[in-house]
Amino acid sequence: MNSSSGKGSMSTASSSAAWKAGDAVPEQFPAGLRVLVVDDDQTCLMILEKMLRTCLYEVTKCNRAEIALSMLRENKNGFDIVISDVHMPDMDGFKLLEHIGLEMDLPVIMMSADDGKHVVMKGVTHGACDYLIKPVRMEALKNIWQHVVRKWKDEWKDFEQSGSVEEGDRQQKQSEDADYSSSANEGNWKSSKKRKDDEDEAEERDDTSTLKKPRVVWSVELHQQFVAAVNQLGIDKAVPKKILELMNVPGLTRENVASHLQKYRLYLKRLSGVSQHQSNPNNSFISPEEAAFGPLSSLNGLDLQTLAATGQLPAQSLATLQAAGLGRSTAKSSIPMPLVDQRNIFSFENPKLRFGEGQQQHMNNNKQINLFHGIPTTMEPKQLASLHHTAQSIGNINMQVTSHGAQSFQNNSLLMPMAQPQSRGQVLNNSTVGHAPTLPSSMGQPILSNGVAVNVSPRNGIPENIRAPGYNPVSQTSSILNFPMNTASELPGNSFTLGSTPGISGLTSKGAFQEDVNSEMKGLGEFLSSYDTFNDLNQHKPQNWEIQYVGMTYDASQHSNSLQDNLDLMQSVLVQQGFSSGQVNGQNRSAAVVRKAMFSAGDSTEHVNAQNVNQHLNSLVENTIRVKSERVADASAANLFPNHFGQEDLMSALLKQEGILPAENEFDFDGYSMDDIQE
Amino acid sequence: MERNPMRRQLAVMRQSLFDQGYLDEQFVQLEELQDDANPNFVEEVVTLYYRDSARLILNVEQALERKPFDFNKLDGYMHQFKGSSSSIGAKKVKAESTLFREYCKSGNGEGCMRTFQQLKKEYATLRKKLEAYFQLARQAGPMETACHPK
Repeated sequence: MNSSSGKGSMSTASSSAAWKAGDAVPEQFPAGLRVLVVDDDQTCLMILEKMLRTCLYEVTKCNRAEIALSMLRENKNGFDIVISDVHMPDMDGFKLLEHIGLEMDLPVIMMSADDGKHVVMKGVTHGACDYLIKPVRMEALKNIWQHVVRKWKDEWKDFEQSGSVEEGDRQQKQSEDADYSSSANEGNWKSSKKRKDDEDEAEERDDTSTLKKPRVVWSVELHQQFVAAVNQLGIDKAVPKKILELMNVPGLTRENVASHLQKYRLYLKRLSGVSQHQSNPNNSFISPEEAAFGPLSSLNGLDLQTLAATGQLPAQSLATLQAAGLGRSTAKSSIPMPLVDQRNIFSFENPKLRFGEGQQQHMNNNKQINLFHGIPTTMEPKQLASLHHTAQSIGNINMQVTSHGAQSFQNNSLLMPMAQPQSRGQVLNNSTVGHAPTLPSSMGQPILSNGVAVNVSPRNGIPENIRAPGYNPVSQTSSILNFPMNTASELPGNSFTLGSTPGISGLTSKGAFQEDVNSEMKGLGEFLSSYDTFNDLNQHKPQNWEIQYVGMTYDASQHSNSLQDNLDLMQSVLVQQGFSSGQVNGQNRSAAVVRKAMFSAGDSTEHVNAQNVNQHLNSLVENTIRVKSERVADASAANLFPNHFGQEDLMSALLKQEGILPAENEFDFDGYSMDDIQE
Repeated sequence: MERNPMRRQLAVMRQSLFDQGYLDEQFVQLEELQDDANPNFVEEVVTLYYRDSARLILNVEQALERKPFDFNKLDGYMHQFKGSSSSIGAKKVKAESTLFREYCKSGNGEGCMRTFQQLKKEYATLRKKLEAYFQLARQAGPMETACHPK
């Protein structure tokens, strides 16, 4: 599929299919797909053959498994896919499946009149790429080509990744690049098979889940260099290539810079939107050095946003960032590239997340944003999946996230709530960092994870604190996620980049969400934990979150200061942390979101039980309504950072917040009427 | 509306097969596969089915004569029989074979025998009806495109 280099390379030099030659799937595809059908039932065989012919596939039928196997062995590249019955007199269908998988690594579809769960499960465990129940309908056969393409794609992705990733696990796999170059031919089947297995297990197609690519951690220094380069070039003229040159950092790739730039742009945009309150976020950003709160916010915002947007910035990082922003401590470092992945999460669906989108691709290549690289994505996918179901609205965004990587999903979920209706798609919740993907589903809105952008800031339009539309704590469960990001400045509509979208609408599914959240929480917890390790966050320990969170919450209730600064910070932090949940009005959703966030963050601490979280969240959510986001933001942000900041990345901080959120309902958020979220 | 009275008759006959539950949606799938390249596809498939199923029924018959019953074997035959029947849309026959398998799984010999008798009856009935149907079809001329049972 990929390289059009033409078949060549690979070992398998597929010959026949013209479309096999490197190149994207040929136009007439899937016509000409070479299918081998094996079934001892002549009637079925005849029908299948006719059906497949009607789909314009090239069919070879065989009523004996042994014969089929020898046919395959003789001509390894002669077929693209095999369909086999389960019950056959001379050889068990599963046995045949195993042989094919081992020897030829072709996709195999099992079929049977038996639809018992255990049989289907057997198919899955033996490596079948699909299972059809007889009688087989035409519709079912029409799409079998997807399995072939999927295999290619995996191989191709690996291939690509090896190219772009700095160091990836997959590199080894990709060493067979040559193979890949020729359209996922058999040669790649092995890797694809491996991948297929992974996928099967992970329930995710993305290979990112298992891929652990080292992520570039955008430390404070690095970011400063970046910003300096950007300023030097001029924000309009700053292209990744030039920035990279100016920065002159060994090991940094253009892609890294590109994604970071995207986030940065998003952040700036967000800031300019919120700038009503703050005039200098941008400036601040530029001079991250400043420990001033303002700069901090901006910085955080930026990081967060970008991160959030890119999904890279896990909630934790975001928080950390924020904290860093304030204190300029290490927070920055926390923003690992992974956020970018997250970005994917965010970006998808949300147009706002522009950044995400672009990045998405990038990220996808990276195998899904895994905020937590290396974090068991499998976890996520499942959770995400569940979330997905629940959150229809968010589904899109979230879904994406999930697909991207469970991680991102998590973020999304968190952000979602915040995501204003606009769901800019921003930051989908980077901040939330991958909190349980569950959130997203509920959230529906892919709240910006970018954390930064995600201001929970109710600014969006809500006069009260975080009411900001983006903030949508109300409607969006994801608010939690998003909030951190948006809250700060984005109020106006998108502050939350999260997209105040109805992400919360996802909440509606809240009910489900909650459940999901719980489960997700667990996943998140682990995830987060892994995230910690993975990310270079300062040891972002879940506990930290809590602490942070506490701080945040505490502050929130207390201050109502200058909303802007704090808000931004808070938002990002909150958002990330899922704190936003608090902001997000008491809506359950938020709670859910928060919960999620909490889970993610808090899981490690085990403090947050899903249940507790939920409850907390709920209460939190309710409280949030009362609490003015601004206030909270301020308080939290301010307080938050000083405390923890030094150590963790923003994200961690955010995460913490999330985790903590449920626990402390101290602040009373005013406002967001969570009711909406209920939708 | 069919112009040809024979075709109309054919359509009526066809519809009644669906209405009375002898055939299901799968049969329509077969009809849809029929085209100019294979104008008698459905009939060919059904003929193939008769051959396969007749053999299976005989196997079951013989297996039921040996006591004690080998339920595994019986279940195996019936599984195949069910698969074929379902692929041509033989609804009632399929239902009976499912029932037969249930009895096999629970080791109910009596139930198996009773169900088998019922199954043979349904099978015979279906076969008769389909044969009449195809005969009429041949007389009526090329069939119209398949329409879904109402």
